[in-house]
Amino acid sequence: MACFPFAVAAWILACGLYGLVTSRDLIRTIICLIVVQSSTYVMLVAVGYVTGGIAPYFSDVAGHPKTVDPVVQALALTDVVVEAAVTALLASFAIQAHKRFGTLDPHDLAEFKG
Amino acid sequence: MTPGQRRWLFLVGVAGLVAFLGWGIAGLPAFGSYPGPYGPAITARVVQQTNATGVVSAINFEYRGFDTVGEEFILVAAVAGMSVVLRRLRGERADAARDDPSDLDPSATDPSGGRRRVPVTSGAVRMAALALTGPTVLAGWWLATHAQTSPSGGFQGGVLLATAFFLVYLSGEFIAFRRLSPVDVVDAAEAIGAGGFAAVGVAALPLGLPYLDNYLPLGSPGSPGAVTSSGTIAVISLLVGVAVAAAFIQLIGEFLEQTLLIQRRPPARGH
Repeated sequence: MACFPFAVAAWILACGLYGLVTSRDLIRTIICLIVVQSSTYVMLVAVGYVTGGIAPYFSDVAGHPKTVDPVVQALALTDVVVEAAVTALLASFAIQAHKRFGTLDPHDLAEFKG
Repeated sequence: MTPGQRRWLFLVGVAGLVAFLGWGIAGLPAFGSYPGPYGPAITARVVQQTNATGVVSAINFEYRGFDTVGEEFILVAAVAGMSVVLRRLRGERADAARDDPSDLDPSATDPSGGRRRVPVTSGAVRMAALALTGPTVLAGWWLATHAQTSPSGGFQGGVLLATAFFLVYLSGEFIAFRRLSPVDVVDAAEAIGAGGFAAVGVAALPLGLPYLDNYLPLGSPGSPGAVTSSGTIAVISLLVGVAVAAAFIQLIGEFLEQTLLIQRRPPARGH
């Protein structure tokens, strides 16, 4: 199963997209977006894995042993931070939408214009 | 469009997406044999070049430092946007913050008719939150100051520091949370952290070095992995920690204010 971890990432992506499309609640929509984004963490970390590689930290190992790829791990860290910020912003939109329209169902919100 | 139609349309679309993804995945190198050239190039030089032993932090705050500046400003911009969205709207009023024990009773109403919608905190939650606050602050600082030697850094440490403030709120002390994190101080900390990161980079220019070049002493070359090693990496990590902590404290504060203090103004009564 040389590509099984990548298939897992694709599966998580598809699950999140399904939730996004069928969601009837904005909070659930936000959580589904988090699921979609989680697939990118799995993808990044899986792509960077090197068989037999150690974690890219040299505090207690000497020389230059083989490590897993640190660049994609740094990208995953960036990804997590941006996700947290986006989630907070979207949650604030959901709060105001609920206050103004009394509903979190995007189907009902679509009736409002402007 | 009915939900049923929507689902069918989605299934058709996702089938195409899965086909494309499958095609792409089939063309990837097998799991465990990543041929990317940058990772090995950096791991081979990082200790010698920066004296840092945490490679991911060295990449974030040194090799990809410019990207991380952008990322930091995404975070600050998102929190600023959230503050704007969660402002007090027309037809709403903000109550003064109180921690009167009677407010903890969900059935109690204040004279103006507004009700503080805060659930009663149980004794167990209070005790756990109080007991965890100190260790959380310690762990947060440790993470923010040890980016250069361990899998930590300003982003992780900052979030943990903000969690400590949230624990203060969880222990039932909204006033204490507000007093510990006055809006002016939090805003200033956020500005110092984010602006400081950019300033550390700009300070390299008068020295004739590229933006964000590592111009601070790297510590003794024979002993990498000391906390004082790695030059600007440690400084930037700490500044990021301050900015992230402030951003998340502001975020938590805005949500709490929205839930606890801001209420719909009761309709004006005629005489």
